[in-house]
Amino acid sequence: MFKFILKRVIEAIPTMLILITVSFFLMRFAPGSPFSSERTLPPQIMENINAKYGLDKPVMEQYTTYLTNVVQGDLGPSFKYKDFTVNELVTAALPVSAKIGSFAFIFALFFGVAIGTIAALRQNTWIDYCVMSTAMLGIVMPSFVLAPVLIYIFSINLGFFPAGGWLDGSLQYMVLPVLGMAMMYVATFARITRGSMIETLNSPFIRTARAKGLSFSYIVLKHALKPAMLPVVSYMGPAFVGIITGSVVIETIFGLPGIGKLFVNAAFNRDYSLVMGITIIIGFLFILFNAIVDILLAYVDPKIRY
Amino acid sequence: MLTKKQNLDALDNFSDNLEIEGRSLWKDARIRFMRNKAAMVSLVILLAIIVAVIVVPMFAEFAYDDTDWYALHQAPSAAHLFGTDSLGRDLFVRTLIGGRISLMVGVLGAFVAVVIGTVYGATSGFIGGKVDRAMMRLLEILYSIPFMFLVIVLVTFFGRNIVLIFVAIGAIAWLDMARIVRGQTLSLRGKEFIEAAHVCGVSKWNIIRRHIIPNVLGIVAVYSTLLVPSMILTESFLSFLGLGVQEPMTSWGALLQQGAQTMEIAIWQIAFPAAFMVVTLFCFNYIGDGLRDALDPKDR
Repeated sequence: MFKFILKRVIEAIPTMLILITVSFFLMRFAPGSPFSSERTLPPQIMENINAKYGLDKPVMEQYTTYLTNVVQGDLGPSFKYKDFTVNELVTAALPVSAKIGSFAFIFALFFGVAIGTIAALRQNTWIDYCVMSTAMLGIVMPSFVLAPVLIYIFSINLGFFPAGGWLDGSLQYMVLPVLGMAMMYVATFARITRGSMIETLNSPFIRTARAKGLSFSYIVLKHALKPAMLPVVSYMGPAFVGIITGSVVIETIFGLPGIGKLFVNAAFNRDYSLVMGITIIIGFLFILFNAIVDILLAYVDPKIRY
Repeated sequence: MLTKKQNLDALDNFSDNLEIEGRSLWKDARIRFMRNKAAMVSLVILLAIIVAVIVVPMFAEFAYDDTDWYALHQAPSAAHLFGTDSLGRDLFVRTLIGGRISLMVGVLGAFVAVVIGTVYGATSGFIGGKVDRAMMRLLEILYSIPFMFLVIVLVTFFGRNIVLIFVAIGAIAWLDMARIVRGQTLSLRGKEFIEAAHVCGVSKWNIIRRHIIPNVLGIVAVYSTLLVPSMILTESFLSFLGLGVQEPMTSWGALLQQGAQTMEIAIWQIAFPAAFMVVTLFCFNYIGDGLRDALDPKDR
């Protein structure tokens, strides 16, 4: 197992390098600069600014400097928020996104699997049809449609939850963002679970277990659930990616001070170093999570050998 | 006892009865698809939406950018079927025009993705060996790059150009397609009927044309249908952030974004575009599911 994990870590290095390189050169060759404003600055001042951020050096030197800094965990100063480094900004924003994202992920996984299993056990009854058509609605309803609908119903009309804001992550403020983020994945997990559960329940080893006279709930929980989880586990990677990407929209709608909102603002402000920093961190999270999923998959699926 | 003639007649009739009209792969699939009610209803609704989106704005009373200062935020009425927006523009026409853009982006984005993905996947699967491994490694690397974030960067820095958006979102989506096509070609290459064709002396080109392409095409068709809605979603995602099409042009995502800001006073401004988009996505998903059931050789 240790060897397998080590191999994954080594494989991640070139990916990270490519990511850093691509985002670096994309930023350098982008037209416009974070310092260009309506008021043209005297050339001396521009020179000083460029010197401060190291922009006066040749591109390759800038690249190697940046790379060494990133490897040491320093993402450099923000171009727009002058008194902050990228590290400080990200450290402030990441916990917010992590909190909502992890709640949404756990919510989606738990309810998706539960609903999918129920639908599979009651296959082709009205319960199954209800659950699955609702799930289809969840899939086609993107977060940026669902979130306004949730706000309209639960904040404007019923007044149960606030329509936005964060307030240090108190529960009330988290309900709607988490729901808005998770519904699509509840639906997807439910569909996947239903399909693979039906397939598993039809396989010979379940028939054997039944013939032995085991109780049905015991069979489902002890025998069927684990093999039926295979496609669910492999969808966890894309779901994680989707939830992080979705945070951009959800955080904009609910006005949450998370990493998605920070990213959009940074992109609009042309804050190169902040945009690069966030892209690299998110890429790192993707790689980390995919590795975790692979390890989980190796644990669940006896066919995978490492 | 039967005479020889009767015997022959019986034989003839027997073979007559056996002669069932041969059905091709595609005919078979079409019959199966036609039997799927959800998919057929979706197809009809989708065609209606497509025709409406193309034709109706041409004959509409208002243009999509006609502003009427005396009719701001008007509720749906006979004059304005879907009401008006904050600038007094007719939402019925705007929803349809927005649908044009959304569907166009969806189809073109999916097309770009399908072409790149199929070529890449098929090449990788056919050549196999070291080339295949290298190509798949590259795919894995691309998988862990946060593309949506790069697209946001691209669009903010290089201008909000609809062509750029096509290319950008098409370039994200081909990864899955490439994987699927590669897997399919790889498994086809080892199949007995391909070997049999080889043994019979069928030329390589004919094997590709007669056996590989039709078999891969089914999967490609299914996933292209499922790609279109996800492309529409991506475009709306960008438009929702204000990075997609620019005023006065519009798309469903842009309409949703404007509607979300005014939904407290004018719920119809978000309700109609949202309904159109959700129905369209529903249709694409059901058609995709129907096609999969009809074309997936596993279910035979």
